[in-house]
Amino acid sequence: MSSRIQSPDASLSLASDAPNLETRRSFLGKSGLVLSGAAVALLAGRDVLAKGNRPAGSDVNVLNSALGAELEAIAAYQVGAESGLLQKPVLNLAVTFQGHHKEHADVLAKTIIKLGGQPVSAKEKYTFPVETLKTQSDVLRFAAMLEKGAVSAYLGAVPVFENRDLAKAAASILGDEAMHWAILRNALGDAPVPAAFMS
Amino acid sequence: MSAAAVLAVVVGAAAAKGELTGDPKAGEAIYARCFACHALAYNRTGPKHCGLLGRRAGSVAGFEYSAAMKRANWVWNRQTLDRFLADPLKAVPGTTMGYAGVKDRQERADLIAYIEQAGRSEVCRAR
Ligand SMILES: [Fe+2]
Repeated sequence: MSSRIQSPDASLSLASDAPNLETRRSFLGKSGLVLSGAAVALLAGRDVLAKGNRPAGSDVNVLNSALGAELEAIAAYQVGAESGLLQKPVLNLAVTFQGHHKEHADVLAKTIIKLGGQPVSAKEKYTFPVETLKTQSDVLRFAAMLEKGAVSAYLGAVPVFENRDLAKAAASILGDEAMHWAILRNALGDAPVPAAFMS
Repeated sequence: MSAAAVLAVVVGAAAAKGELTGDPKAGEAIYARCFACHALAYNRTGPKHCGLLGRRAGSVAGFEYSAAMKRANWVWNRQTLDRFLADPLKAVPGTTMGYAGVKDRQERADLIAYIEQAGRSEVCRAR
């Protein structure tokens, strides 16, 4: 899976922060966490906070809302995958995208803990408009709607993070969500990238 | 945001304070920005929007609000929504709605017009 490839950027970020390298490696190693650029940026965030720059309350709030939405997205893709409405190769897309959301949720939860917060848990039950999902296209359209919403949500989160490393991490996830949205649109036969700007 | 939208924010800020007329159709497209967390008819990461206009802030049964939103002592109407949507974290410091806001006045008016109209729609009445 391509997302498992460690980016050169990630190692650069780590090298610039040598004192915490070992701690971080063992943390990442133990958790089996993939060392993505976003993960590094998120984990870097606690160093700024450790230096006592700003209270983490607001950032934890934003991260927790993002985590809540990611957990719901994971559940939504599960519903989609189990609906029997998705045919390969679209089914594979859904499973891959769900995997990305799991990675986002994982790193968000760990970051919240590092910042001294309490990550929200997945709800026992989510409401989805299943009565409107009758065909593969319905499921794809619903997923695309959530993905576009995710792009907007992360876009709206970027400027509100006190910690710029967290803003960078949100932007990194935003890029992933935008790809999900475009690919789903493409699968639907819509113009994959309908505009030059996201809002 | 497009260059035109940026300009619109600047011009909008300088314009008169009078209430703008919202276009619900345009607002429906803007509402897509809310879909990561909100739905009209049911609670998600954020509370549902059916019945929003005229509702006391922080009052949807079964939704777990931030302490800050529970303390917000107002009813949602065009004015309070406009103020909140412009900059949620400034309007309600401590809200879990970690979102920069809808900075364009006309876009906010459109969005509020859509939420008002949707509140009278089948989706909200059937709820
Ligand atoms: Fe996604």
